[in-house]
Amino acid sequence: MCGIAGLFLKDRTLEGDLGVLLAGMLAPLSDRGPDSTGFAVYGKAEQGALKLTLRGPRSLDVEALLHRLGEAVGGPVAHRRHDTHVVVTIPADREAAARQALRASPDVSIVGSGRRMELFKEVGRPDDVARRFGLNRMGGTHAIGHTRMATESAVTTDGAHPFTTGDDQCLVHNGSLSNHNAVRRDLIREGLTFQTENDSEVAAGFITSQLRGGRSLEQAMEASLAALDGFYTFVIGTEAGFGVLRDPIACKPAVMAETERWVAFGTEYRALVDLPGIEGARVWEPAPARVYRWELH
Amino acid sequence: MPDVDLARTTVRDLNAALHRLPNDTNETEWRVRNPRGQHSVAVGLDAPLTVEIDGHVGYYCAGMNQHATVVVNGNAGPGVAENMMSGKVWVKGDASQAAGATGCGGLLVIDGNASARCGISMKGVDIVVKGAVGHLSAFMAQAGNLVVLGDAGEALGDSIYEARLFVRGTVHGLGADCVEKAMEDQHKAELRRLLDAAGLDGSVDVGAFRRYGSARQLYHFHIDKAGSY
Repeated sequence: MCGIAGLFLKDRTLEGDLGVLLAGMLAPLSDRGPDSTGFAVYGKAEQGALKLTLRGPRSLDVEALLHRLGEAVGGPVAHRRHDTHVVVTIPADREAAARQALRASPDVSIVGSGRRMELFKEVGRPDDVARRFGLNRMGGTHAIGHTRMATESAVTTDGAHPFTTGDDQCLVHNGSLSNHNAVRRDLIREGLTFQTENDSEVAAGFITSQLRGGRSLEQAMEASLAALDGFYTFVIGTEAGFGVLRDPIACKPAVMAETERWVAFGTEYRALVDLPGIEGARVWEPAPARVYRWELH
Repeated sequence: MPDVDLARTTVRDLNAALHRLPNDTNETEWRVRNPRGQHSVAVGLDAPLTVEIDGHVGYYCAGMNQHATVVVNGNAGPGVAENMMSGKVWVKGDASQAAGATGCGGLLVIDGNASARCGISMKGVDIVVKGAVGHLSAFMAQAGNLVVLGDAGEALGDSIYEARLFVRGTVHGLGADCVEKAMEDQHKAELRRLLDAAGLDGSVDVGAFRRYGSARQLYHFHIDKAGSY
């Protein structure tokens, strides 16, 4: 099972509604994945700044954390709190110092990092998780969400999607990979690090490795067709890109829709029914083993 | 004519109302609006009704159909007309995977494309797809006819028993034990009947199709090879 919703906006006037639209797409996928919910939102970038999405316990002393981070990066740190997550904005050239400071807080984990990407995930049903994080108030150019029915690893926040293994990169997965342990070993040898034993994190890591090697998103997705074995529908986000890939057997359901204003992915059509102009959209099932991708211009 | 808005009525209530109808009902024409991709719309019908659905439906629409005609003015999700017994299911858009799976009788017409595993394990249903079908269509097909006006994906008719497959476009590979067979007059007549039933009266040349079926090498026990088993 599991449910995926992805939305890539072509019409910039819709950017303020991105979160509302994604929340509306995720809610109907609740019965495909009631265990945990996560989403990545590609919002505004600030010149020379890096956003870190942090997760901690509800009892986290955010003021103390910000104080420590401020000392590490040499200035005050802007932040936004979203339930158990905090998005902090730091000077990009002080990332190493910030990460060093965060290591002193073992109850705080870095969920995602990037110029534009903010990433949120928690155990719970999509409507509840979206409300707790305030997804309705988020804007941006593209967003990817996932509702998980756990099969390969435990129902924990760490096992929730999206998985991110590089700045502004994330991946959500419906399916299960059969060769992830072998691929993970190769990627670790290359220098990548993994936070979980989850198969989907390996797929994210494989894409990261390809992109770091200088390949385009399209080439990275082509390469994963040969390297990854198993069942999968992936939806992938990068700073400017949005990709969809199904394995050659294509057991996992997938529907896409496109209008002049947006491109959307849903595990089922039910996820797409409230998008503006859906009545006139081109609706189709993405072909197996074919790379689909869109990029911001 | 009953007109059901699924924005206000549940699928369960719609289906229960359709199941309650006696065979000699006068309420034979039904319209269903706002399906919004919901699952199991108009499943298990067992009376000579016509149910026309305006919009895209989700999984298993018109499954187990007997006697009824179900028309989908949109796309259908996985397993449309699964295990249909008789009657007609007509999808005017595309169908997702496993369309007509295990169908025992009746006619399934898809105006657009059908994706993977169309007609998997079909047992007597006739399926006419005006577009293309995906990979592994007619997998383990046992009886009935699959007609494809467009292309067929990889491994068409894999492990097929006795169904007949007619394809006008390109076949991107035959599955195990599926072979091309001669198109004789009786097959052309049968294909003509199927095309007519799908509303293509005379507009399609049956001579443009090729016929595929079972080589009958896979499923027989060969006494000569008893030592190999």
